[in-house]
This record gives sequence, structure tokens and C-alpha cells, in this order.
Amino acid sequence: MPDAVPIEHEASHPALQHHFENMEQQREAGALGMWVFLVTELMFFGGMFLAYTLYRNLFPADFASASNHLDLTLGAVNTVVLILSSLTMALAVYSAQVGNRRNLILCLVITITLGLTFLGIKAVEYHDKYVDSLIPGQLIPGRPYNPAVQEHGAPDDKHKLHLLPGATVKHVEMFYWIYFAMTGMHALHMIIGVGVLSVILFFSWRGRYGPEYHNPVEISGLYWHFVDIVWIFLFPLLYLLGRHLEHM
Amino acid sequence: MSEHIVSLRVYITIFLALLAGTALTVFAGLRDFPGQLNVIIALTIAVVKATLVVLYFMHVRYSSKLIWVVFTSALFWLVILFAFTFSDYWTRCWLGPC
Repeated sequence: MPDAVPIEHEASHPALQHHFENMEQQREAGALGMWVFLVTELMFFGGMFLAYTLYRNLFPADFASASNHLDLTLGAVNTVVLILSSLTMALAVYSAQVGNRRNLILCLVITITLGLTFLGIKAVEYHDKYVDSLIPGQLIPGRPYNPAVQEHGAPDDKHKLHLLPGATVKHVEMFYWIYFAMTGMHALHMIIGVGVLSVILFFSWRGRYGPEYHNPVEISGLYWHFVDIVWIFLFPLLYLLGRHLEHM
Repeated sequence: MSEHIVSLRVYITIFLALLAGTALTVFAGLRDFPGQLNVIIALTIAVVKATLVVLYFMHVRYSSKLIWVVFTSALFWLVILFAFTFSDYWTRCWLGPC
């Protein structure tokens, strides 16, 4: 019987799962998995962007009238909030890569706070629409869709719809269906993102992530940036594309 | 292939570019441009901003070919979704009164 030869095991990281050859392969597989998921997400939001484009072509004046009633300032502030949160998310990944646990935790806390700020501002906007009876459909108790229309030549009242020539209250409702569907799905993704980042924050606190192992931070970041990209398109399409018609 | 760490300077630069893009899109959105130029300007800025996020914040610029293929396939299917739907909507009236 030959002498027992001790098998040289490559010293492996405790986070390396047995079905992966090494940490690099595990990291690459994790990122690829998230990218495949994001492809399905892109098709999901793509369908809604398609619906937006089709109906905007059918009802241009109605869409512009409804769009102009949205609060441009709140929309722009939310865009900046989300871009800033994307930066802090990227910095969180960076901190994990260089093994700075304190900065990782700090960046994650700021990212989550900014995400909640976005949702808070969104809630204010939704409430404005509720007050003005602009939530589409008949299911909102006490506030079925029934917008007040501004008379021509009357002093500006921001609670009333200013209908551009050719626009009707009925077709304006279609804009609000799409607005609430798209921003609602986007907000749901934000809520999920805040939940995911809270879990990442917990494990960062426990010191699980470092230069060798930070896949969860990285792929959560991919998801967060994707949600940011959706908003980068939603903001101009929903808030801006009718503004220049207002004074015509 | 080992992991590429994007420098802080790149992150800050991209962030400032995204802020500038947001300011530019609001600025352009409040002005009248002939024809459909308002839409084209808004979408161009949005595409540039999204590209910056994908390439730098999402590290695609430094990722493997496999990630590139997956990402490009997403755009490819999105183009099919839009192109085939519009080819239907825009040509419905060619065949008869509608």
C-alpha cells in the first residue's frame, strides 16, 4: 500500500460554494445570473414603454395635457435623488472591493435613505393626484376619476387640468393609467430594492463581505442601477414631453 | 480574468455627467423645437445617461464577453418588440380604409 499522499487543497474562501471551481467563477456566475434576470425585467418594462409610445401617438394632445399636470419639480428632484443613490450604491460596491467595512455600511445606509426619500416624494405626488381625483378608474373610495377642467382664460389653478386643443378628459385618463402602472411598478421595484439592500446592510454589519467575496453587494447594485435606468427614461417621457406645448 | 475595480474618479465623473444630463433634459424640455425634435432630444439624452450607467456603474465596460452578449440580446429583443409592433400599427391603413 503506497504511502498516503496528502492531497493539496487550494486554500478556499469559506464563502466558496462546492459547485464552483474558484471565487472568480462564482462571482462571474452570480453576475451573469443577475444579468439574465435584468433581461427579463427589461422586456417587462419594455412592454409598458411600448404601450406608452402607442397611446401617445394616438392621443398626443391628451398626453401632453395630462403630463403638464404632473409636478415637474418633484419629478426632477426625484431624478437627482435616484442618480445620487446610484452613485452611493456604486461606492458601496467599491468599498466592499477594497475591504472598507465602515464605508460599505455608510454607503448602504445612504443608498437606502435616498431610496426611501424617492418613495416619500412619490407618495406626495400620488396624494396630489388623489386629491385632484386623477387616479384612473372608479375604485378609489370617494375619489373616482373625475378631474376638474380649467376654463379657458380662467386664472391658473394647479388642481385643475388645462386641456390643450383636441384633448378630452376621457383620453387623459389613459395617460394616468399608464402613468400609475409604470411609476407604480417602478416604485414596487424600489421597495424590493430597499428590502434587498437592508439584508445586504445586515450582512455587511456582520462583516461577511470583503475583497475576496462581495457578490451579493455587486449583484444587488446591478439591480439598483437597473431601477435607476428605468426612471431615467420615465422622467422625460412622463414629465417633460408636453411642457413645450403649454404656451402654444 | 480578475475583477476590475473602477476608480473613484470615474464614479464621480459619471455622476456629474448624469446630473448635467438631467439639467440638460429639463432645460431642453421647456423649449420649443421644430417637429418631433423635443422627443428626439429627450430620448437621446436618456439613452446617453442609461449607457453611462450600464458601462460604468454596472461595470459592463470591464465585464466578460458573456455579459456583453446577454446585455446585447436584451436590446435585440427589445428592438424586435418595438419594430414588429410598429410595423403593424403604421401599415394598417395601407390595405384599405380604416
